[in-house]
Amino acid sequence: MKFGVVVFPGSNCDHDTYHVISKVIGQPVDFIWHKEEQIDHFDAIILPGGFSYGDYLRTGAIARFSPVMRSITGFARDGGLILGICNGFQILCEAGLLPGALMRNQNLRFICRHVNIRVERTDTPFTSSCEQGQVLSTPIAHGDGNYFCDSETLAELKREDRIIFRYCDESGTVTREANPNGSLDNIAGICNKERNVLGMMPHPERASESVLGSNDGRLIFSSLAVSLNQLLKVRA
Amino acid sequence: MKITAELLAQHNLTTEEYSRIEQLLGREPSFTELGIFSVMWSEHCSYKSSRVHLKRLPTEGECLIQGPGENAGIVHIGDDWCAAFKIESHNHPSFIEPYQGAATGVGGILRDIFTMGARPVAAMNSLRFGPIDSNGNGNAPRNRRIMTGVVKGIGDYGNSFGVPTVGGEVYFDECYSLNPLVNAFALGLVRKEQIFYGKAEGIGNAVVYVGAKTGRDGIHGATMASAEFDEAAMEKRPTVQVGDPFSEKLLLEACLEAMRSGAIVGIQDMGAAGLTSSSCEMGARAGNGVEINLDLVPQREEGMTAYEMMLSESQERMLIVAERGRERQLQEIFQRWDLDAVTIGHVTPEPKLRVFHKGDLVADIPNAALTEEAPRYNRPQAKRPAAVRENLKDKIDLIWKRVDGDLGTILEQLVASPNLASKQWVWSQYDHMVRTNTIVLPGSDAAVIRVKETRRAIAMSLDGNGRYCRIDPYNGARLAVMESARNVVASGARPLAITNCLNFASPERPEVMQEFSDTVDGIADACRALGTPVTGGNVSFYNETEGRGIYPTPVIGMIGVANDTHTITTQWFKDDGDRIILLGESREDLGGSELLNSLAGYAGGNVPRLDNETELALQSICVELIEAGIVKSAHDCSDGGLAVALAECCFSTYRHNAIGAKIDLSEHAKLSEVEPETQHRSRVLSLLFGESPSRMIMTAKSDDVAMIRDLAQRRDVPFAEIGTVGGSQLSIELDDSLLLQSELNQLESLWSSSIAQRLDHP
Repeated sequence: MKFGVVVFPGSNCDHDTYHVISKVIGQPVDFIWHKEEQIDHFDAIILPGGFSYGDYLRTGAIARFSPVMRSITGFARDGGLILGICNGFQILCEAGLLPGALMRNQNLRFICRHVNIRVERTDTPFTSSCEQGQVLSTPIAHGDGNYFCDSETLAELKREDRIIFRYCDESGTVTREANPNGSLDNIAGICNKERNVLGMMPHPERASESVLGSNDGRLIFSSLAVSLNQLLKVRA
Repeated sequence: MKITAELLAQHNLTTEEYSRIEQLLGREPSFTELGIFSVMWSEHCSYKSSRVHLKRLPTEGECLIQGPGENAGIVHIGDDWCAAFKIESHNHPSFIEPYQGAATGVGGILRDIFTMGARPVAAMNSLRFGPIDSNGNGNAPRNRRIMTGVVKGIGDYGNSFGVPTVGGEVYFDECYSLNPLVNAFALGLVRKEQIFYGKAEGIGNAVVYVGAKTGRDGIHGATMASAEFDEAAMEKRPTVQVGDPFSEKLLLEACLEAMRSGAIVGIQDMGAAGLTSSSCEMGARAGNGVEINLDLVPQREEGMTAYEMMLSESQERMLIVAERGRERQLQEIFQRWDLDAVTIGHVTPEPKLRVFHKGDLVADIPNAALTEEAPRYNRPQAKRPAAVRENLKDKIDLIWKRVDGDLGTILEQLVASPNLASKQWVWSQYDHMVRTNTIVLPGSDAAVIRVKETRRAIAMSLDGNGRYCRIDPYNGARLAVMESARNVVASGARPLAITNCLNFASPERPEVMQEFSDTVDGIADACRALGTPVTGGNVSFYNETEGRGIYPTPVIGMIGVANDTHTITTQWFKDDGDRIILLGESREDLGGSELLNSLAGYAGGNVPRLDNETELALQSICVELIEAGIVKSAHDCSDGGLAVALAECCFSTYRHNAIGAKIDLSEHAKLSEVEPETQHRSRVLSLLFGESPSRMIMTAKSDDVAMIRDLAQRRDVPFAEIGTVGGSQLSIELDDSLLLQSELNQLESLWSSSIAQRLDHP
């Protein structure tokens, strides 16, 4: 089993994600340079948070043209597991691997703080170790996290149970007050139709060790490791 | 070009200074040379008015690896790890162009850290603005705009770069109206054997320019920052540089990679005075010369003159001295990060800065003339005429009358005053968690980050109090140093070393110079007592606009080390039933207090008395108790006094709801009932809101209280058990009478919404 963490110019959560996979989850992991095109030897790929290319044009808009993104699109088509965190989520949307877009936060400011998200579905490789409706405390840190899509897409996301995380209060109730950035329907994370690509704005890698206040985020990475293990067994 | 008096004035050079230039060169300078002298001899670069005083700061200590004189100071933090840290001001640019001024301040301090080979892992900033309240203050809209721009500038730069902004301070006072202070601090980690210095060693080695291209931005930035402002200040906008955090992030990764390759001999950031300061300072440190050809410098604009290129302060650039023959290797590393790396010259044996442009030798200056031989002034000093002493009793009566003797109302007004209110509006715009090392979130006494490679943690705090320093610069500075140490101690770390940023008005005013000198002595005294060396810092003079100067405002950046992340403590009360302890003595210390400032608009009186021995005794038992693992929370009592500190302990934080406390101060203080009424008022207000230093609020399980009492008694630290954690109110009693009782929900909502309300709904 091998994890890959993509390094775009301007990625800045790459080391944090690498740390959690190698030291906390204890799985083999390597960085993938954005100019890399050969990624077949990885089993799961994480697009980490940060400001790829400075996010100068529009978040994720330039990164999607990186050479590595061509390979990643193929990797996704072949059923490879891809997790996009924060800027990674934005890139996945720009690349068309996930629907919708992340707009400027409703208050027009960058927001860094802990929020609660509710696990809406556990039938994905990223949430299989969570419980349905479980509340995870994880931080957000973004200026553009306000998820939006058209009403047809939203209906489709709902119909296909592809909304995986919603912002909620401590008790798990989805309220307007618990929505930090104005996201449509309190959406914090979604997956693709095939359920092998997930994007989320909160940072699970920042909530994977108790010394940091929360290790709820660890569940995402351990789900991924367990799912991958099963997947590899099936393939073998 | 003919050198005229007008030209000299434009370059901020006096005629005496000009004669000295001629004398040092033995000829008339070229226009380019005049420009070079003007920036290198500016106050900002030469410290000409401050150097004679800064010599008095203690710069030695066991932990010290690198003291003042390099890009950043470095201390050993245990195992083979070191911390590089420094603070620098960007006051002037932040006034002219708040967003870019603050952003490039952050960019500059980050480069100072990674030029030493250290990866920046934490940033903080100390900010001061004019009042943001609209009532009767014409400058409030402008102050709000400056604050909003500065905070966004700091956030956008640090967030994108990927350094967590973990703490700092924000204060408001009329003296900072149109004179904002933006002091940026950064700290990086480096292994002992991987430290790099800004030295041009090895004759014949290549001088390599890396990073962003040179443009016409920031020309004369250093000179601008060395003069006061008048009504034409906005015309100086082009002297402010434009920041690009993305380039800086690439530059960081490329530089660290290049350093690991072994091809780099010396490296220095091109900050103030850009190419000029980096080339002559690197040469001077190694006793060598640097010769560069400007035709080779990557340029963003066409037709730039030698003068413009030497003085440009374009951001995100570094100068590297590389081992001869390995330039190619360097180029490959920087190319991988899409950055320029161009050999523009070489190291020469003659200790001179020689600059060629289009075949002409346009500058040929001995390094020493630009560095050690730069002017040094022991400017005249004079005591400021004593302020008219107002009667403190009148102020106390005024406050008492205003609130009708209701102490709870005073507490409410104080926690909602901008100086004491929650700064969440500010720090929630900063990514304070990236790098996943932040183990104490912003808002506690000190910021704390873990060092992943070890079991240790680094605590850091920025502290200054301009009001105290205006009243008494010497003691105000001592109080600031001790408070920063106490903050570090409250988290469970042992103070190690400081950096400092000295913000003052014009040094050409004798009373300002006197205050500066006294401040330096105060810092020196406190640092000697603590055994914490000064590893460097920054002086910012000429913080005055239209003839109005700021309070003397030294800002101290203290760092400390805790050997075990597990015993790190925060200020917040934890569990019902925990016992609350107050260590230290509360005296009648209302002078300079936030109470008098906020509720009576008075900034006078005597500053609190600080005794080094008492302070050290308090700090040492606090660290010992926290290290022993029996302290559940610890909080320093400072601005706003005991009542405000207790309220802060009660407020909610991540994963902790607000929790009340029932306080009885009878063991801590005695008030005699026979005192006359006015005396009584003063005693009560001092007890609740006075700012006596050397105090700490702690909580522990009731079983552990005896142990704390024993240790305090043995070390002669005043000890009092003052209450119990629990409930939804903060109540304070004394001798069976209730002094105040506040609903925490209401108090916290006043505290947390105050700043946002002023900025978002003025």
